[in-house]
Amino acid sequence: MGNILIKEKDIVVPGEILAESMDYLPGNGTFRDGETIFSMYVGLASISGRIIKVIPLSGRYIPKKGDLVIGKIADITFGGWRVDIGWAFEAGLNMKDATSDFIEKKADLTQYYDFGDVISAEITHVSGSKIIDLTTKGPGLRKLRSGRIIEITPSKVPRIIGKQGSMITLLKEKTGCKIIVGQNGRIWISGESHEKEMLAVDVIKKIEREAHLEGLTDRIKNYLERT
Amino acid sequence: MAYNKRVDGRAFNEARDMEAKAGVVKRADGSAMFRIGKTIAIASVFGPRELFPGFLQNPETGILRSNYDMLSFSVNERKRPGPNRRSVEISMVTNNSLLPALDLTKFPNTVVDVFIEIIQADSGTRCAGICAASMALADAGIPMKGLVSAVSVGKVGNMLVVDLNKEEEDYEEGATDIPIAMLSQNKEVTLLQLDGDVTQDDIKELIKIGSEVCEQIHELQVKALKDKYQGELDE
Repeated sequence: MGNILIKEKDIVVPGEILAESMDYLPGNGTFRDGETIFSMYVGLASISGRIIKVIPLSGRYIPKKGDLVIGKIADITFGGWRVDIGWAFEAGLNMKDATSDFIEKKADLTQYYDFGDVISAEITHVSGSKIIDLTTKGPGLRKLRSGRIIEITPSKVPRIIGKQGSMITLLKEKTGCKIIVGQNGRIWISGESHEKEMLAVDVIKKIEREAHLEGLTDRIKNYLERT
Repeated sequence: MAYNKRVDGRAFNEARDMEAKAGVVKRADGSAMFRIGKTIAIASVFGPRELFPGFLQNPETGILRSNYDMLSFSVNERKRPGPNRRSVEISMVTNNSLLPALDLTKFPNTVVDVFIEIIQADSGTRCAGICAASMALADAGIPMKGLVSAVSVGKVGNMLVVDLNKEEEDYEEGATDIPIAMLSQNKEVTLLQLDGDVTQDDIKELIKIGSEVCEQIHELQVKALKDKYQGELDE
């Protein structure tokens, strides 16, 4: 095999040489120039077989089809709503994707979602020029009443969820809070008491800080049992 | 009198002491500070975000908008705040020197804003600004082909020097100032301006010593970026 210059979980910067060989393939966050593979982001290198990837450590949320996101109603149009999901452009929520109720002509749309309402929604379509369509039809997709919302770096969302949702299940069990994690880095938390909500916020911030370390789920389990 | 000793006692191919730090502006998507000698530049990056007015939007790629500004207290004589002819031109050359390093095709119709503030000026401000801006862009998670490092080289009297300070720039027997910016990945020159006159042989030599200093700056930039994220990870 050819020359590889980095180890798993090394921090790399843009333009850093990751490998000098045609034996390796450039994955997400990297590009090839001649025989050399370079990084495109400040991120963590990851090697899986022949593919070299870089997982960015910073940056805004980039919408992807099928993502669950938490958004805020920014505008109401004739045919639906405009939703702020943390991307440069507001996403569109069409009337027919919002509810299975029959909506009459000239009906007042604020009875479904009003300005400033927070919703959990799924991205159904992302066009080439990043026009985004949402739906709120589906399990767990709805208007979020009460509770609180915190924001984390979108690249750390997979660690909050854990493998097959192990981390988020643990969190829900131990804190007794209802939690929805949006891929855009917004997390909705609603619990019985202020203390329980604050505990969940505290643990999520801890996960965000320690996202790179091994045995995260076990450490969080211990942390939750101590408190 | 020949210029055979530099005013601050440096070697002719030695840059002033430098310092770089990433993540200095909390509310920005990415930010960085770069200091070279007494020159300090702070760059903050916002975006990708929606671009207004709409006719400036490009459906094929995102655009980069750089803004260079010297604060009124950055120089000895108070500078009138706001843009002027000089800062508009420097904004343009900064933009052109950063653009080859970026890949904004993933963000059509958007803009990435870069704001460079010079809080203390002692020559080489556009170079310090470019160094800070390329770190801030990396910090903001914008896809990049490499970092951009910049330094000024020139001729003071009859000597070829690197990283001129204000005193050298105002040398009475004449000084030439040449800012150079270089892409780290393939040593591509992205900025080369000439103010004064030099011979062809001199400029070849100057680009060579400039690229050596750019490499030193690049190492510093990499270290600053890694330090920021390593620090975040070690907490």
